Amino acid sequence: MEEAKKPVIEVRGLDLSYDDYAVMRNLNFSVKKGEIFVVMGGSGCGKSTLLKVLIGLKEPEKGEILYEGINFWEQDEAGQQKIMRRFGVLYQGGALWSSFTLGENIALPLQLYSGLSPEQIREMVELKLALVGLSGYTDFYPSEISGGMRKRAALARAIALDPDIIFFDEPSAGLDPLSARLLDDLILQLKDTLGATIIVVTHELASIFAVGDNAALLDTESKSMIASGNPKDLLANSKDPRVIQFLTRGEKQAMPA
Amino acid sequence: MPAKLSFDYPSAGSLRVKLSGNWQIDVGLPAENEVISELSSHKDITQVTFDASEAGSWDSGLVSFLFHLIKDCERKNIRVSHQGLPPGVEKLLALALKVHSRIMPQKAAAEHFLARVGSKALEFSAGALSLFNFLGEIAVAFGRLFSGRAYFRRDEFISIVQKCGVDALGLVSLISIMVGVILAFIGAIQLRLFGAQIFIADIVGIAMIRVMGAIMTGIIMSGRTGASFAAELGLMQVNEEVDAFKTLGISPVEFLVMPRVLALVIMMPLLTLYADFMGIAGGFLISTRVLDLNPVEYWQHTQSAVSLSNLWIGLIHSVVFGVIIAVCGCLRGMQCERSAEGLGVATTSAVVNAITSIVVATAIITFICQLLGV
Repeated sequence: MEEAKKPVIEVRGLDLSYDDYAVMRNLNFSVKKGEIFVVMGGSGCGKSTLLKVLIGLKEPEKGEILYEGINFWEQDEAGQQKIMRRFGVLYQGGALWSSFTLGENIALPLQLYSGLSPEQIREMVELKLALVGLSGYTDFYPSEISGGMRKRAALARAIALDPDIIFFDEPSAGLDPLSARLLDDLILQLKDTLGATIIVVTHELASIFAVGDNAALLDTESKSMIASGNPKDLLANSKDPRVIQFLTRGEKQAMPA
Repeated sequence: MPAKLSFDYPSAGSLRVKLSGNWQIDVGLPAENEVISELSSHKDITQVTFDASEAGSWDSGLVSFLFHLIKDCERKNIRVSHQGLPPGVEKLLALALKVHSRIMPQKAAAEHFLARVGSKALEFSAGALSLFNFLGEIAVAFGRLFSGRAYFRRDEFISIVQKCGVDALGLVSLISIMVGVILAFIGAIQLRLFGAQIFIADIVGIAMIRVMGAIMTGIIMSGRTGASFAAELGLMQVNEEVDAFKTLGISPVEFLVMPRVLALVIMMPLLTLYADFMGIAGGFLISTRVLDLNPVEYWQHTQSAVSLSNLWIGLIHSVVFGVIIAVCGCLRGMQCERSAEGLGVATTSAVVNAITSIVVATAIITFICQLLGV
């Protein structure tokens, strides 16, 4: 299983800033193929900015991001697009195109980048909608369905092209506990079935423990990553009071070393 | 009963503040200065205690009063005992006075006047740069359109054409007829002095076809379509829909901006032609019905006054205005900040920029026509 250990994403010495205000310094981590990697941290720690940088929408202040050894920001536009095409992104609010029906939302990437016939595309759209439990909603507009359904529809769009890497921005934000749980289950199933590498940005503890194989905890005050590893191991073994506080909602303090 | 303060001295160096009455925001509160002046007239005081046994009901007015008093006493190194306060007040005070260890993000300090002027100038040049970038991207998108490689949805384009064409006809008719009527009346007052009222036909015809039709249509479309472009694209920006296009490798300029520019560039000349005729019709109606001019003579005068070059100049205006309105609307929408205020700023500046640019463009085109002698 040498293949499984190869990092899909490698982040080296990354600095992040938001409106000229530095939020993170010198981030280093790597994400292995086929794992679910959780980026966690309190509000305002730069999670969303990190996600923007990872999906190639924002150039970092400093540092490198490598996708399977290829340095993203050293590529020309065509090279960057080639890498980005392997991404699926689930945005916080879903970001479904509001003037399109759900079917058209999912069909658009297929029309652009697959060689499928219109009939095959229609079948593919139905399959993707069925995978997220929305069969029969092809002709609905995003404004006609609930927030939880919108997120699942957006997930169907994110997996339209069977991406290698799927990014989730706060998947449980704004969802009731059951819908959030349903989405967590979907994430786990996607990992098992598609074999995709998944990166989740969240501060929802339940999600972190439910899906995370590995995690990085970002800290606002020190502007750095203060822990990384399996979230359950972190909870059991970490000596850092900030890590324990975050993972227990501040209810437990770390054992003194 | 309103809130009242009184003081006594149970022991040397100790001030007891007695609180009585109802401490509520809506009945008014005593000034904190009363205590401060009491403290400064007795320099030997090292401790302040409270007696609230006669205090009636209270709300956050009392807590706010005590909060600031305690902060002042801390600065003067005077000890404050919280005993004797109602238990609820004590808890709220403890919450408010708790020191939070979190580092506060730095708020931008007020800038010096010169620094503000400098950053405004830099902002302006950055704004100009982003405008040229945007125009470049639009040019590239049109290049792809003409080489048949552009990707956008045909039915969405048709619906944009409908929204900025057919749907605007009512408003354009009303405004143009009115402009024709106004021109006729203004002309009538002056020309009557010379008995040359028939020349109203020339004034209305030339004015409408050469500039007025295009300008009025441009202003209507800035408010109607320019604002709606900015709001649509702005909301898409806020909802991350634009990002979703980018991650799929679809150029938002090609998919969202180019069809809108194209639709306006096609529809503006047509709307302007329509406005021209409506304006002339308005002038005709007033001149023949109210000012008692001969309809046939009026029509002949209009025909002989209006030349084809006037019509072309009007249509050139309208195409330029179409580009201006679409670019202003789309640019402001794409630059929209992710907040409700941002959306308002985007739509407002789209309309203001478009109307200002239309007036400036008219001046430039008129100047060029003057140079060319047409």
